[in-house]
Parts: sequence; structure tokens; C-alpha cells
Amino acid sequence: MDTLTSSGIKGFREWIKKANKSIGDFTGIFVDRAKDMDREIKGFIEIDKKSIVSRAEQNKCQTDGRLWGIPIGIKDNICIEGELTTCASRILQGFRPPYNATVIEKLTSNGAVLFARANMDEFAFGSSCETSCYGPTKNPHDLSRIPGGSSGGSVAIVASGQVAAALGSDTGGSIRQPASMCGVVGLKPTYGRVSRYGLIAFASSLDQIGPITRNVTDSAEMLEIIAGYDEKDSTSVNIEVPKYVNALKKDINGMTIGVPKEYFIDGIEKDVLENIQAAIKTLKSMGAKIVDVSLPHTKYAVSCYYIIAPAEASSNLARYDGVHYGYRSKNAADLVEMYTASRTEGFGQESKRRILLGTYSLSSGYYDAYYLKAQKVRTKISDDFKKVFSVCDCVVTPTSPTTAFKIGERMDDPLQMYLSDIFTISANMAGIPAISVPCGKDKKGLPVGIQFMAKPFAEETLFNVAYAFEQGV
Amino acid sequence: MNDMKSERSNDNGAITEDVVRYVAKLSRLSFSDEDVAKYKKQIGEILGYITQLNEVDTADTQPTSHVLPSMKNVFREDLVKTSLSPDKALSNAPDKQGDFFRVPRVI
Repeated sequence: MDTLTSSGIKGFREWIKKANKSIGDFTGIFVDRAKDMDREIKGFIEIDKKSIVSRAEQNKCQTDGRLWGIPIGIKDNICIEGELTTCASRILQGFRPPYNATVIEKLTSNGAVLFARANMDEFAFGSSCETSCYGPTKNPHDLSRIPGGSSGGSVAIVASGQVAAALGSDTGGSIRQPASMCGVVGLKPTYGRVSRYGLIAFASSLDQIGPITRNVTDSAEMLEIIAGYDEKDSTSVNIEVPKYVNALKKDINGMTIGVPKEYFIDGIEKDVLENIQAAIKTLKSMGAKIVDVSLPHTKYAVSCYYIIAPAEASSNLARYDGVHYGYRSKNAADLVEMYTASRTEGFGQESKRRILLGTYSLSSGYYDAYYLKAQKVRTKISDDFKKVFSVCDCVVTPTSPTTAFKIGERMDDPLQMYLSDIFTISANMAGIPAISVPCGKDKKGLPVGIQFMAKPFAEETLFNVAYAFEQGV
Repeated sequence: MNDMKSERSNDNGAITEDVVRYVAKLSRLSFSDEDVAKYKKQIGEILGYITQLNEVDTADTQPTSHVLPSMKNVFREDLVKTSLSPDKALSNAPDKQGDFFRVPRVI
């Protein structure tokens, strides 16, 4: 089974071919294996063997489906019909969606076997996977450390090889930051590239679903499958989905790569900085043209984000009131008391903090000073990128200023926690695609990630440079 | 972090416990006095940090509510399609009666 752990989709595909077993039988083997591997990591909230196997057996996709039989992990905020989907929150306790997310339809029609319930920060509010109501996921590289977040579960199960690949969601770095901290590839597609239908909303103008994979090839293959216009998501964009796998070329000769000075600041760990600088040299030696660029509003991205994202979240989370689904408090005499008690008992601390922050910045008297101001600064951040992409094909930065920190280290200091997304947030603010690729390790043996960002719908550029880099190191 | 400290003392970032209670009420959340004090401090710190946005001149800048340049209302043909059955729609209801969601008394 060893090749399964390291070689992603290809490894599972070859193993399946060789095994010559029924889909139910080999899925059962994969489930048992994952359960065993996940005992300490806790990347899954739970693994329901019966349900996974019976779904695999009922899938009508033929054996020539691109992902036939391949186990794919699904973050707990992506709806699978009839399967528990709770955003790792008590308030969605027992919720079984009556429909499938569009990405789920696309995966199953290609034959994928869904491994549901990858752990996450509650409602994706967090950078460490510690705010899950089910407890934290551990980093497979060091069990005393966080895997990053919010898609920490999805990333940990890919990094430990329990599944071939996984889906996460990225609102401010929730795919890329944990991918960086666990040494795998994480892609946030362009806003509108992948349908959000059936993704439980956090901040609707920032959220995107994306693949978490062992390598760049799998990332391209997964995006090709999940991308595309969807009439059920009016923010999905009707642009043809390219054959992303054709963009996997080792040649980056002549490509112009920008190095934005605002991403190389005090506060980056020394090892991280050294690895990224060495990587830039590698890219140069491969023929890329390295140019210095400036994204002057970078330092405002976190502030901007912590106005806009909680504002949208507080609106999106208004629907959890104990009426239609999820948790309802029994400690209430009338309707308003029931709303209040259900929400107070159902939401965790970080969710409450963000609901308060968002409601405050949208409330009368503060709207102009906070929300409107943040939306204007958001325009400045987007304009910075437009300028930069007129002179270069992509930019390169560290994904995260630090490698994985210890469990519990930042839980009492939300601001410090928020700053761990300092390099990933801007891509969401501007709606541009960004990918994190492994970039060696620090002296403690913890993975470092390098991030590439490109203009909207230029995922092919990202796959090209990321693949060349991956193959070149 | 030193910059952050000086900004935290800025009046713009300060909020009172009454404001926390008011916003909690708007959010349909209730808190103990201890929680109110904790959130006042934490949210005050975050808002203090956020006041750095005032440094940015946005006098001539349009706000971005959405990154897609061509966002518009999307209509579909007005055709009858299958929708969720009442049974399915009610399948997650914490309490129901017949084809209805049931809630505690309103008045």
C-alpha cells in the first residue's frame, strides 16, 4: 500500500487496476486504511464506512470515468445529499442536505468515491483547524502542531495519504495556508471559476472551492473536473474550461515572474524566507525573468478582510435560527428566545466573535467608516494587481509567514491568528487565482509553501510555473 | 506590533460594553458579563488594528462589492421544474407538524 501514500491520484489508480477487486471491496479497504491512519491525526470528523461503500457501489459511472474508484476527501461545508454536513459546528448538528453541491455531482459523475466530513474550523472561521466543535486536527508532520486552516482536515488527509486528493474552500487562504503547512499543493481558483452551489456560505464575495492534492498534475486534473459555469450559481462565469493538464509544462523560459517587496517583510521566519529566496533563484536558473514589483496596499489586506468577511458572514449566518434545520435549544419559552438560545448554544466562540464584528461594522452609524471604507480599499488592492499583471505573468511570494505553529499557541489572541493569513488574503480580495506548492522544509522539518498568483482565469499560467518548479526541485 | 499598540489607543477602535450588548442583541446572541468584557477587549483590539485603513486615501475610489466586472442579474426561463418535496424540505426540521415547520409561540 506504500505507493498510495505518496503518489496521489496516479498511485490509487494503479493500485485499483492491479487489485482486480470490485469497487465496494477496494473502497472498504481504503476506508479501513484511512480509519487506521487517521487515529491520531483526526483529519476526519468521522468516517462512515457503510455510507462510503454503498455510495461507491451505487455510482453508475463506468470504469473509464476519470476518477473511477478514487477516494476524494470532502470538507464538511460542501453539501452531499443525505450525508451529515455540519461545517464542524454544533448549530448544524444532524444536518443532512437534501441536495448535492455542483462539485459533488461533477466528482461522482467522474466516478470519484466521496470521503465526507473532513474536519475544518467552524464555518471556516480560523487559520488552524482548532475552532472545530469536534476538536482540532493534527499536522501529520508533527502531531503537536496545527495543520493550518480552515481546510485543515482536507489537507491532513491528503498529506498523510489517506485519500488521493480532497476539496477545500478558500475565503482568505483556507486552502493555501494549510497546504503550505502540511507540504501539499493547494489551489484557490479565480472567483467564479468553480460553482459555489452547495458550498455552505461564509463570505459570498470571497469563497471559492478548490482542490488539495499531492502534486500539481492532480491539481490541474481536479480543477478541470470541478470548474465550469453553473446556472445554479449566478457568480459562476461562463468561460470555457481549458484542458488544464495541457498546461503542465516544464518550460518557463521567458516567463516574467514578479517579486512583490511587500511580501518580504519583518516577521517572516528566517527559514521560510531563505527557502523562498532559493526558490526564486531556481526559477531564474530555469529561464524565468525575475522582476521586482510593488503591491503597495498589501499591508491593508488583513484589515480590509476582517471588515468584509465578517460582515458577509454575519449576514450568511443569520439563517441559523433553529427553525428549519440543525440545532434548536429547548431552553426557550417563545420564538425570539428560541432564536437567541439556539444561536448562543449552537455557535462556537470564533463564530460569535465574527458575527459580532460583522454586525457591528454593518450597523447604522459605522457602515461608512468600516464596511464602505474596506470596500474602497479592496478596490485599491485589486488595482495594484492589475498594474502588476501588466508587466509580469505571475507573482511569487511565501504562502505563510511561518511554518505550522503549536496547537493552542494562538487561540487566545485572535489578531495574531488573523495575521497568519497575511499573504493569502489579497488573492481573495482581488478574486485572482493562487496556488501554494511545497518549497522544502525548515530546520524543524516542517513544510514551507511557495505561492504563485496570476491574473483572473490564468490558472494555466499557475499550473505551468508550479509544475516546472515542482519538477525542477 | 508596535504600530498596532499605538493604534489601539485610537478612539476609533474603542467600543464599550453597552455596544457589545447592543450588537449581541441585533445578532440574537446572549452573553454573560464575563463574555461581554472579553469580546469588548478582543473586538476593540481588532477594530483598533483596522483603523489603519484611515491612512488610505479613498476619496476618488469606487467601492468593490464584487470582483466580477460583468455582474448582472441572471434570469432563467419561467418554466416549471421539480422542486424539493415537502417531505424532503422538512427532513431536517427540529420540529414539524403536517407540512409545516413548528416553532414556539410567537406572542
